Amino acid sequence: MGIKEIQEEIVDEFAMFEDWMQRYEYMIELGKSLPLIDEQYKTDDNIIKGCQSKVWVHAELQGDKLVFTADSDAIITKGIIAILIRVFSNQKPQDIIEANTDFIDEIGLKEHLSPTRANGLVSMVKQLKMYAIAYQTQLN
Amino acid sequence: MTKVSSLDVALIRKDFPILDREVNGNPLVYLDNAATSQTPRQVIDAIVDYYSNYNANIHRGVHTLSQEATDKYEQARIKIQKHFNAAHSHEIIFTSGTTHSINLVANGFTSILQKGDELLVSAMEHHSNIVPWQMLCERTGALLKVIPMNEEGDLILEEYHKLLSAKTKMVFCNHVSNALGTINNIKEIIDAAHGFGAAVLIDGAQAAPHIQADVQDLNVDFYTVSAHKMCGPTGVGILYGKEEWLNRLPPYQGGGEMIAEVTFEKTTYADLPHKFEAGTPNICGGIAFGAALDYMNNIGIAEIASYENELLQYATERLLTIEGLRIYGTSKNKTSVISFNIDGIHPYDIGSILDKLGIAVRTGHHCAQPIMDFYKIPGTVRASFSFYNTKEEINALVEGIKRAKAMLS
Repeated sequence: MGIKEIQEEIVDEFAMFEDWMQRYEYMIELGKSLPLIDEQYKTDDNIIKGCQSKVWVHAELQGDKLVFTADSDAIITKGIIAILIRVFSNQKPQDIIEANTDFIDEIGLKEHLSPTRANGLVSMVKQLKMYAIAYQTQLN
Repeated sequence: MTKVSSLDVALIRKDFPILDREVNGNPLVYLDNAATSQTPRQVIDAIVDYYSNYNANIHRGVHTLSQEATDKYEQARIKIQKHFNAAHSHEIIFTSGTTHSINLVANGFTSILQKGDELLVSAMEHHSNIVPWQMLCERTGALLKVIPMNEEGDLILEEYHKLLSAKTKMVFCNHVSNALGTINNIKEIIDAAHGFGAAVLIDGAQAAPHIQADVQDLNVDFYTVSAHKMCGPTGVGILYGKEEWLNRLPPYQGGGEMIAEVTFEKTTYADLPHKFEAGTPNICGGIAFGAALDYMNNIGIAEIASYENELLQYATERLLTIEGLRIYGTSKNKTSVISFNIDGIHPYDIGSILDKLGIAVRTGHHCAQPIMDFYKIPGTVRASFSFYNTKEEINALVEGIKRAKAMLS
């Protein structure tokens, strides 16, 4: 599935929730349940230090697609990472470069992806794109 | 022991328009007062009055508006002088806040310090009272040493006395810790430093809203305050400095207002306080700061402190009923600040859910990373209470935390 389709699917899923409590509970579940990164990649090289929470990101090329794994020390941040990974991972670098994160507004989690929140997520999205650019260059 | 306070909180709350608003569909419960306090109508009126009636540049116009603005600005300086009991009004330098005040002093000491001189800083400082001194050390070759703290969040003064020597040139400490609420024994710190001829800068940003500081009685060399922590506007504050020190320090910034005479060959500087006030200042902010002090003094700092202490005791008792909650900063002498964590839950997650419930707290390292490193934690949730907060709001906080805990556990 392409990035756009996955984003639409997530927006549809979130439309079922009636209030913020349900959205947050879902995010917390996502944050708790998913094994997001191999421990060996939780290194200082892969860390993005936000003022509020830390984020670890690892990327590797599998065929012509880029696979991301990530983690955070805060569970809500981790839940959002799970959503971002679902969108961006296992996609072609060029598609990742061209994608945006506007869907986050639609699912009512905009405040967590704000540059002023300092939770590491904005830097994480930038980092995903940087990896995509780097691997795209490699593929060319 | 809790004292019963004489404050009429219901009446006081009517002075703060912002307390009527809702956040995420819930009544606002504002418990981030240690970051920024809210603004009473009287201060907002002073700001509106300035821009509506006498907005003009100060100290240089012969016209009426300029004269009125100058008079009000200088009256504010005198109010601040009286509030902190400075010997002279020219010992009060208007700045953009505590950070600016500290940088001004740190810059001034560049030409005074020598390689090998020692500076002592407390382990519980805000980054604004660490980084300017590290930069000063880089410029001069001076050495920064740390006064350690204990598990309760009190400075270990026996260690401080051991660190003092003839090499010590300056000592920096906050009057009250922003992250822990500890009220430091600054009198002992100042007197001991003076015994070795060292100058002392006390960061009073967190203390000024709760404690009446008397700079002459403290015999402190520099004391810094931010208006936005004490019902005033953002972007304005003061540096108090003893006249002899302020005369000794070179100007911080060059520009208009701070000169006596300018030629291309040589410029002579203005007298205090203008030597340190280059450019057009935050005139409205200074005047509104004066109005904020009037407002607080009208209620009484002692009454404010007594009521806030009542809130602190109540909140501490209630919060400790939550299983797994640990408070960081358990000094016997505290202002109304409670930093805490809950076992296994990240402060960001608690703060995010409290925000959804309309409860404003601060989460993170509170610009005091060394304290977080000391406790080996990523950060804390910090609730800080002001004299317009209520026990009902503390109940809402406790319920909110329980709800967050249930969602996150």
